[in-house]
Amino acid sequence: MSTLQENTLPAKQKATRATVHRRLHPTVIVYLALVALLVVGSVLVGLRGEVLLDQNGILNILTRATALGLVAIGQTMVILTGSLDLSVAYLVGLTSLIAAETMAGQDSMVLPGVLLALAVAAGVGLVNGLIITVLKAHAFIATLGVALILRGYLENNYTGPAGDVPRGFQHLGYDRIGPVPIAALLMLAVAALCWWYLTRTRPGYHMYAVGGDIEVARLSGVRTRRTIITAHVLCSVAAGFAGIYLASRLGSGAPYVGTDAGYDLESIAAVVLGGTLLAGGRGGIAGTIGGVLILATLDTTFDALEVDPFFKDVVRGVVLVTAVALYARRMVANRAHGRLS
Amino acid sequence: MTTGTTTSVRLTGITKSFLGVPVLRGVDLELRGGEVHAVMGENGAGKSTLLKVLAGVHRPDGGTIEVDGGEVSFAGPSDAQRAGIAIIHQEFTLLPHRSVAENVYLGREPVRRMQVDRRRMVADTRELLDWLGEDGIDPTDPVSSLSVAQRQVVEIVKALSTDARVLGMDEPTAALADHEVELLYDLVRRLRERGIAILYVSHRMREVFDLSDRITVLKDGQFVTCAPTSELTSEDLVRHMVGRDLGEYYPDRGVADDLGPVRLALRGAGNARVRDLNLEVRAGEIVGLAGLQGSGRSAVARAVFGVEPFTRGSMEVDGVARRVTRPRSAVRLGVALVTEDRKGDGLALRQSVRDNTLLVRRAALRGGRARAKSDVPALLDKVAVVARGEHQEVRFLSGGNQQKVVLAKWLAVEPTVLLVDEPTRGIDVGAKRAVHELLRDLAKRGVAVLMISSELPELIGMSDRILVMHDGALAGELPAGASEGAVMALATGHGVGEVP
Ligand SMILES: Nc1ncnc2c1ncn2[C@@H]1O[C@H](COP(=O)(O)OP(=O)(O)OP(=O)(O)O)[C@@H](O)[C@H]1O
Ligand SMILES: [Mg+2]
Repeated sequence: MSTLQENTLPAKQKATRATVHRRLHPTVIVYLALVALLVVGSVLVGLRGEVLLDQNGILNILTRATALGLVAIGQTMVILTGSLDLSVAYLVGLTSLIAAETMAGQDSMVLPGVLLALAVAAGVGLVNGLIITVLKAHAFIATLGVALILRGYLENNYTGPAGDVPRGFQHLGYDRIGPVPIAALLMLAVAALCWWYLTRTRPGYHMYAVGGDIEVARLSGVRTRRTIITAHVLCSVAAGFAGIYLASRLGSGAPYVGTDAGYDLESIAAVVLGGTLLAGGRGGIAGTIGGVLILATLDTTFDALEVDPFFKDVVRGVVLVTAVALYARRMVANRAHGRLS
Repeated sequence: MTTGTTTSVRLTGITKSFLGVPVLRGVDLELRGGEVHAVMGENGAGKSTLLKVLAGVHRPDGGTIEVDGGEVSFAGPSDAQRAGIAIIHQEFTLLPHRSVAENVYLGREPVRRMQVDRRRMVADTRELLDWLGEDGIDPTDPVSSLSVAQRQVVEIVKALSTDARVLGMDEPTAALADHEVELLYDLVRRLRERGIAILYVSHRMREVFDLSDRITVLKDGQFVTCAPTSELTSEDLVRHMVGRDLGEYYPDRGVADDLGPVRLALRGAGNARVRDLNLEVRAGEIVGLAGLQGSGRSAVARAVFGVEPFTRGSMEVDGVARRVTRPRSAVRLGVALVTEDRKGDGLALRQSVRDNTLLVRRAALRGGRARAKSDVPALLDKVAVVARGEHQEVRFLSGGNQQKVVLAKWLAVEPTVLLVDEPTRGIDVGAKRAVHELLRDLAKRGVAVLMISSELPELIGMSDRILVMHDGALAGELPAGASEGAVMALATGHGVGEVP
């Protein structure tokens, strides 16, 4: 059957192309960019006679990265599956309130508070998933609708912070080992778990398949509805974790902690910055964490440099667009070399 | 892979409608282990739908499916897989970003200690590839790095990995070149020897007669006949499919005197894929471009059309030197390209038949000509599209009818240089004839046609001259009616023709 291989390149040529391919992997680009950013940031801050990566600076970056990281991990799952979740920001607010109000200052209520918040989050994810799969609404509209419903609920029932987190539970938000917050480590543990789930388990494989081509997945016997719903439930639970963490930091629940920080769009930006295709099917958690760290480092650097907020947003926008353009170029280059996309 | 010559599948009175429109109207089919059973019929006759019913993709509205004598009902594709049925669909069902092994076991990944057992997946895939003699494909390669033919092999491995005893193949050779088809034949025969029942859908007569033991013909969703291949002639078959006789002929060629001016000329043109191209296509002629898959045939068309432009040499359109660097400029110059990949480049699947037909015209032309809608029916008629109406979304058309819409779309801009790449891929015999006549008719009206086809009889039957490519360059030119042997000799780099 030798003729069938007519199009393949000689082994050696192929090997070099494969290394080029690997070297340019988006995840690698993201971490290279992160290192470059840390270097540039350190120099700029250094010029003012300060240090970016001292104990405080590291703490600052990791603290910023924790809540956004949790939300972005969940967002990665839905985006990989070819979906999207715009309701996470309000859900973060809602779950922070549920956790804090259930705890009501009692140590014994910590566990019920956490579980209830996560259960409600899972419920919201289930609703998102069902609207998308059963009612066949586009994910953008479906989750926007759910976001509006959550907003309505929050606006009607809360005017400001509510609930009370017991002192013991605040340790979650503030304890640290050296410059590293415990919560950041927990976030990384969640990331590792989700990485394992996506790259090693069947449901994870199926998320990539559904995002890659839902019709192909269906014809191959993948249960596409279940896969999409699972992704949404996991995404919302991750947002629930972020809400609980923020409650622990603030000492109470706050309806707009999620939206003030813009976690909906911010998490999508982190995912895309991390090299995951917005259309789904390609990318992963490792890149997302890189994207989150880049955004957190940018913010910390700007704060240290005391630049004005407008300039800050401009730079963030430029970074995002540049990254996406870079990945797109890479894909076009692949195509030109005979890779079909 | 279990052997069992007793395996049989029986479909009785299968009916299926989409939104109230019947597509299958009481189809019977019987399939035995160790036979190749061909299913033939015009575009839209319901062949793919029948296979999808068997694959558990569509649930039949009525009728029964029996496997080994017991009635079954499939809630989804995985149920059919468990019953030993695997289908290779008309469209590729591979994920380009995933590895070969991941694609082969998609939906059925082996699990060990909560994890996907990657090692076993890779080992089992490698074993199947070895069994097929395909050691050039590595199970860990991403599918995007494979050629079309290799992808077809992966599809087959995917089907075999289910331990299928019944294998349906929906136009498996549509994407393959002639020499690759031979390899597929070989494979199908080996599977048959193993006692696997094979359901084979194809529009290529030659293939069906070479391979099959029995043939079932469908027309408009109805069962027409089922007979042993040895008892049928191709004329019988055409009559059953089309309902009338179609002689075995190609439209008359043009007369040399009718040839008009040179419409397209390449002088020493080349880019990363092709080199030193010198050729002329005159108004009124159909020039065939032959070559093996990967020889650069399609690259020539893509370069002329500005998709991957020439970087060396020059190109003239209607006697004026032009540098075409994007399709839009090509269209403005009257150049059109009917691509071989209808899903990737050819169609907006979620738009209507009409919108697709008018897509290029609206995009590239100005004024009233761009807005005219009235001639859409005439255009669709010309290429014999069978659709429910102008407003049906293209993705719901049968594969062959989608191909016809691609043709109509380019006819809508009234090109003067028409590049056609595999124009009759997946098109039924009757429509194929219509396309051939259409191309000849266009040539007679002064269009210069450059035609690429992997089906040599078609290429030879249609072309006024044949240019043969080998390894990115022109290997020679052959006159009308050259033998297949002469073309293949040049294409494989052995023969000598007149170098233009
Ligand atoms: N999902 C669907 N929704 C609506 N109509 C459909 C759908 N799938 C197929 N059809 C229609 O059913 C008819 C039969 O289509 P099918 O794909 O089975 O034809 P076919 O015999 O395979 O044709 P071809 O040779 O062109 O592949 C066509 O008219 C097609 O438009
Ligand atoms: Mg079909």
